[in-house]
Amino acid sequence: MEPWVYPSIALKQEDFEEGRIRTTRTPLRGEYAWDAGVAVGRFLAELKAGRLVGRRCRVCRRVMVPPRMFCEQCFRPTDTWVLLQDTGTVLTFSVCTVAWDMRRLEVPEVPAVIAIDGASPGMGILHKLGEVGQTNDEILDRVHIGLRVQAVWKPPHQREGAITDILYFRPV
Amino acid sequence: MAGRRVAIVGAGMTKFVRRALETGPELAWEAASKALESCEMTLDQIDAVVLGSAPDAFDGVHMKVEYLSPGAGAWGKPTIRGFVGGGTGVFAAIQGWYHIASGMFDTVLVVCEEKMSSCHPHPQAAFNYIFDPTTERPLGPNLLWIFALEMNAYMTKYGLTKRDIALVAVKNKRNAAGHPAAQLADPDITVEDVLNSEVLAWPVQRLDVSPTSDGAAAIVMAAEHVARRVTNKPVWVEGVGWSLDTQYWTNRDLSYPTYVEEAARKAYAMAGIREPRKEIHIVEPYDPFDYKELHHLEGLLLADRGKAAELVVLGTANRDGDMPVTPSGGLLGVGNPISAAGLMKVAELFWQLRGEAGSRQVPGQPKRGLAQAWGDLMQVGTVIIVGI
Amino acid sequence: MRRWNTEVAIVGAGWSGFRSISPDLSFREMMFEAATKAYSDAGIDPRRDLDGLVTAEEDFHEGVAISDEYVPDQMGAVLKSVHTIAGDGLQALAAGVMQIAAGAGRIVAVESHSKASNVLNLDQITALALDPVYQRPLEAHPIFIAGLEFRRYLEVTGTPIEHVARVVVKNRRNALRNPRAAFPADLTLEDVLHSEPLAEPLTRAMAADPADGCVVFVLARGDVARTLTDRAVWIRGLGWATDSYTLENRDWEGARYLRQAAERAYRQAGIQSPRRAFDLVEVDDTFAYKELQHLEALGLCRPGEAGRWTAEGATEVGGELPVNPSGGCLGEGHLLEASGLARLLEAVLQLRGEAGPRQVPNARTALVASWRGLPTTTGAVAVLSREP
Ligand SMILES: [Zn+2]
Repeated sequence: MEPWVYPSIALKQEDFEEGRIRTTRTPLRGEYAWDAGVAVGRFLAELKAGRLVGRRCRVCRRVMVPPRMFCEQCFRPTDTWVLLQDTGTVLTFSVCTVAWDMRRLEVPEVPAVIAIDGASPGMGILHKLGEVGQTNDEILDRVHIGLRVQAVWKPPHQREGAITDILYFRPV
Repeated sequence: MAGRRVAIVGAGMTKFVRRALETGPELAWEAASKALESCEMTLDQIDAVVLGSAPDAFDGVHMKVEYLSPGAGAWGKPTIRGFVGGGTGVFAAIQGWYHIASGMFDTVLVVCEEKMSSCHPHPQAAFNYIFDPTTERPLGPNLLWIFALEMNAYMTKYGLTKRDIALVAVKNKRNAAGHPAAQLADPDITVEDVLNSEVLAWPVQRLDVSPTSDGAAAIVMAAEHVARRVTNKPVWVEGVGWSLDTQYWTNRDLSYPTYVEEAARKAYAMAGIREPRKEIHIVEPYDPFDYKELHHLEGLLLADRGKAAELVVLGTANRDGDMPVTPSGGLLGVGNPISAAGLMKVAELFWQLRGEAGSRQVPGQPKRGLAQAWGDLMQVGTVIIVGI
Repeated sequence: MRRWNTEVAIVGAGWSGFRSISPDLSFREMMFEAATKAYSDAGIDPRRDLDGLVTAEEDFHEGVAISDEYVPDQMGAVLKSVHTIAGDGLQALAAGVMQIAAGAGRIVAVESHSKASNVLNLDQITALALDPVYQRPLEAHPIFIAGLEFRRYLEVTGTPIEHVARVVVKNRRNALRNPRAAFPADLTLEDVLHSEPLAEPLTRAMAADPADGCVVFVLARGDVARTLTDRAVWIRGLGWATDSYTLENRDWEGARYLRQAAERAYRQAGIQSPRRAFDLVEVDDTFAYKELQHLEALGLCRPGEAGRWTAEGATEVGGELPVNPSGGCLGEGHLLEASGLARLLEAVLQLRGEAGPRQVPNARTALVASWRGLPTTTGAVAVLSREP
């Protein structure tokens, strides 16, 4: 198969530093304002009020979070709003030591999928854990799958109806 | 009411490199022209073009199918770009299949291209936009998060060690040593190297991850009557399947890829395969991260749940083992220009089944292989089974 | 180019919108509304009956990298064979038809939507489709391309600009009788000619404004279609083509992409003289001159004839060949990737005799043609009939 591999040209850092390669630059500016709609709109409004809510489907009896106006299993509209607790269980977590551009972080972030109490089993949301340590080892010592956690909310006057109205979840 | 028989008759690719001098359309041309050359066909013998490319944000180009079309030989031809994130490379071959099996076309050129290096400061930037804009993106997530979350769920559920998983990276980077297009081949890599590499997002470390790459791959597909004229060794498409799971990934059991199983079951049914562990001779599962190869082998029903690591530990998955897994070197070794890497896996099966894989050749004259890719929010499985 | 293996029919249609803004619904909820209508119309339960789904989306219009992530749930398509086409909705239709003909499914849904109102800098996004090296540094608003082409069209065909303005008057008046239309209006020729210049000779009134909306169809294999409905609309021909990407050496005169696409579709449908073959036409009119240029490229009249034809009223509802009885993109609003499906929706309703006050009497055959929009030269064509 060797004849069918094209000898494409790999560039090295020096090629740029020594000005042998020309590039054009364009910033990618995409500006969007997403309509949150009925389900997520209410979800965000309730966050501002310091509450987590889900939607229940009468047929499969699941309580879903993030909430949606349709049940993807039954393909029918969901029926009722359900007030959830702001506590839950860590389904999985990571200790992330780099930012999106691969810069190293001084203090690692701890993203987690958290199953929310009051929703059906396994219904998690993405958020971060806090008050779990400053270093990899500390965090791995304190956090495990199955850890019970509770939301730490922003003070009411600082909330804006966003997922970040919860600052993080901490162990309970 | 099955469609017409379809064969792969030619394949070509570029070298996979960290940063290529070539533009995206130029890379597409390099792979497409090599694929045509390999089966001594010319562009005017091609009825339609299928293009594959993953997120547009890499190239920073909107409507990327048109941008790539001149290089991919698509000028004036029916051209279409299917898209299932990281699953696109294998899916492009599936699209080529349905173009021909439907009776609509006799010959199709399938081209997959990715130029990730155009994206600054880092290609990961493009992936920030895969998360839900309202409920997730404000948390500032990055792509590594979801892999790390999935890997941790998988390891914890089955009690797997980092060492078991790291053996996949070692196997694939060593396998890639014989691949003329490879970017990260390393014949001398050890499991300690992987375990000692920088922690990015625990449990994910630097050498658990495939690199970002520029590159392209292409195959030529043809209906039976054309295929038999073009080559005496057509590689037949025996089964295809694809499946997309719920977008609510935080509501799913991340320890098992149900979507891969759904896709595999469709492909096995179409190919008439009842015992995949005996009937599949070579596997090229998607391996952007080492644990993903194991995860996917389980979804493909080629290993029991939680047991895929044993195939690697015991050597069953080695090139000369009973079920060679990723003899190409995969994304971990050859490189990961997303869609092109998926199609490279299909091309590898083409070369292996024809006995043309050189120093990577799997012994014992394998007759049937499976390639699989995966993508989106850990959500889509694409599977193709080919045989000779 | 051949005809595909099996008969395929449209057995269900649904929509949401169209409106200039839709803040009450998320894109998911808009899709759920359209899908619910389409499945109910087809009399199917998607969880039980649906084999696959093809959506048409572009990442930069969705504001999401890998936008197919967010489609399966609200379409009842979780863990089914779902993929996206990064192209026009009619190309997604073609993908669905090919899948059914290849034997990959019996019932497949096709979806596309627009949330154009959520894209705050739509024109700058369009500019990202220009070549990043040659054209983007000019920092020109991409509408200039329409100006260049329009000027050339007037020059070559000798069409008076008043005839082009007449297209706008006709289509926006047609929209007055269409409850889906976002921009119905009763304009005069002067209103159109004296509206703000965009890229001379193009005025603002000659360019379709974007709108939000969603369109869903249910496709079925012929034998299945007959068991589901007696109002099936049959797909008799399909074609799509991509012409030159570059501005520097494209065909500026004749919308060659649509001529090529139409040739393929006519051949499949066995149509020799298109001018007499159709009871109505729904054709892309993103810019008013495009309706005329496209009618000529489709072979419905000679080059330069479409303007006079329009001026004489031949393309009105009640004329010799009604064109865009829905109001077209100018009247309904431009739905981004869903534009082709919006044209198709009107044709389906007309052939079923369900177009209300716009109904073309006894419509039995229809032609639908789409264009991908600036700066592309990609178009697609579908030939529809009440008979298989
Ligand atoms: Zn339900």
